[in-house]
Amino acid sequence: MIPIDTIQSTAETLMDKAAIEIPQDYLDGLRATAAVEDGDLSSFVLQAMLENYEAAKEDRRAMCGDTGCPRWYVKMGNDARIEGGPVALEHALRLATANATNGVPLRPNRVHPLWRTDHNNNVGINAPEIEYGYEPGENGAQANWIDLTTVHKGGLFGTDYRMLFPSDGIEGIRRFFLDSLVAFGKRGLACQPAIIGIGLGGSKDTCMVLGKRAACLRTVGDRNPDPKIAAIEEEFKELGNSIGMGAMGFVGKSMVIDCHIEVGYCHTGGMQMSVHAFCLSSRRAVARIHADGRVEYRTDPDWFTPYQRRETVGWLDQLEAAE
Amino acid sequence: MAPPKIRLSTTPTPEALAALKLGDIVYLDGLMYTAREGVYMRALEEKANIPMELPQQSAANFHCSPAASINSDGSFTMGAVTATASFRFAKWIGEWFEKSGAKLIVGKGGMSPETYKQHFVPNGAIYLTTVGYGTGALLGRGVENVEAVHWSEELGHAQAMWVLKCTNMGPFIVASDLQGNCLFERENAKIAPGLAKAYEGTRPATLKRYGETDDRTDELI
Repeated sequence: MIPIDTIQSTAETLMDKAAIEIPQDYLDGLRATAAVEDGDLSSFVLQAMLENYEAAKEDRRAMCGDTGCPRWYVKMGNDARIEGGPVALEHALRLATANATNGVPLRPNRVHPLWRTDHNNNVGINAPEIEYGYEPGENGAQANWIDLTTVHKGGLFGTDYRMLFPSDGIEGIRRFFLDSLVAFGKRGLACQPAIIGIGLGGSKDTCMVLGKRAACLRTVGDRNPDPKIAAIEEEFKELGNSIGMGAMGFVGKSMVIDCHIEVGYCHTGGMQMSVHAFCLSSRRAVARIHADGRVEYRTDPDWFTPYQRRETVGWLDQLEAAE
Repeated sequence: MAPPKIRLSTTPTPEALAALKLGDIVYLDGLMYTAREGVYMRALEEKANIPMELPQQSAANFHCSPAASINSDGSFTMGAVTATASFRFAKWIGEWFEKSGAKLIVGKGGMSPETYKQHFVPNGAIYLTTVGYGTGALLGRGVENVEAVHWSEELGHAQAMWVLKCTNMGPFIVASDLQGNCLFERENAKIAPGLAKAYEGTRPATLKRYGETDDRTDELI
C-alpha cells in the first residue's frame, strides 16, 4: 500500500522542483544551441536564459513568472495499491497544487473561462489535469510503485491542430510543422527554442494528447524507436533551425531544441497532426514512490515505454512478436 | 557584439527616451505597476478611480502578473516576474495613455507598428520587451519590494495592480523608439527572404481553412 501522506508531500516537492530547476537534458540542449547561435540579439537572449536558470536555483525562485498550467501524469505499476484509492490520490494532487502555488510561490493562473473567477491556487473545474497510464512489471516481477510527473507547460501560443490526409504526405506534414513554427515564432510568442512535440494520427483528441506528451514527457536527445520516425525527428529539428529565426523571433537559428513525434493508429482516410512547443522554461519533475515509502526523484518521465506504444491486442502477443 | 546596457528611470525624461535605440538593453529603477486586461477594464470601462498618482509615481506600465503570494499578515512573498503578450491589449492602450501618462510600456513581444505610430508616438512613449521568454528569476531579483497590491479582491492575484519597487531590474530590450520604429518588424524583414528556401519540399494542405481564404462563399476543398 502506497501511503497517501507520502504522495502529497512528494507532489509538493515536485511542484517546487519543476518550477525552479531546469531539467539537465534541456539545459544541455540549450547550451549546445547557444554555442552555435551567431545572431547578436538571439545570442543575448540565450545567455540571459542560462543566467536565469542559475538565479532561479540560487534564490529557490521560480524560473518563469508565468507558471503555465501545472498538470499531473500518474503512471501506476500494475500491482500498485494506493491508501484511500484513486479519489484520495486526486485529492492529494489537487491539494499539493494549491499549497505549492502559495508556497513556492507560483502565479495563480487558473481562472473560470467565462467568469474569470480566480481561486488563487491553480485549482478549479477540471484543473489541474490528471492523466493516467499503467505499466506491467518487468519479466514477471511485481510493479508496486507509482510515478508522479508534474509538467508546468506554458503557453497560449505554439500549439495547433490540422486534419491532413494521406495525399498530403510528408510534404504536407513538413508544411504544417513550418507554419506552426513561423506563425508562433515571430516575436518569440512560442518562447522558443522549444522542444517541439508532434502528434500524428489517432483521433483529434488523441492526436493532441500524443503531441503534448511527445513535447513534455520525452527528454532532449530521445528518439522514437521506429527508425524512420526517428529520422523525421532529426530532419525536423534541423529544418526548424534553418528558418533563419531564433529566440524571440530575432535573426538566428535557435528554434528547436529537439523534435519528438508520437503516432496513433487513425481512420484510414485521415492523417491528423498536432504541434506543441515546450518552452524555454521546460518544467517537468518526476518521482517514483514505492510501496515501502521510498521516493526516487528524477527528470525523465520515461512515459513512452514499449508497453505504452504497444500495437497488438494483448501485451504478451507483442513480447512474443518481438522475440 | 553584445548590445549596450542602459539604466533608465521609470519616470524617464524625454531626453533619456530619445537616446534609446532599437535593441538596446535596459535596466529599470523606480516604481512600476502591473496593469493588463483586468485593470484596463476596471479603470477604463468601469471608470474606477486608479489608486495611484499617475504618472508622478510611475510612468511604467508592466503587462505582468507576478508569481507572488499575499500572506495572511498582509505582507507579500515575491517570486518570479514575467510579462504577458502585449498585442492583446491594443484596444485599451490609447485611452490608457490618456489616463495614465505612461511613457514606458513593458511587456512580452511588443505591439504592432500601427499601435506605435497611432498611440506611442503622440504620447512620447516607447516599448520595452522582456527577454527570453522569460527571465522570471532575474526580474524577480530586481524587485526590491512590493509597495502595494490594489484590486486583488476584485480582480484576483493574477490581474491585480501590483506596485513594484525596482532596482536595476532587467534585462529589457528596447522594441520601439520615439519615432515608432519597431524592432520585431525589422527582424521579420531580415528573416523574410530566407523563408521560401525553408519551405522547399512542402505542399499546402488538401483541405483549406477559413482564414486561408476570407471569402465565406468559397469551398475549402
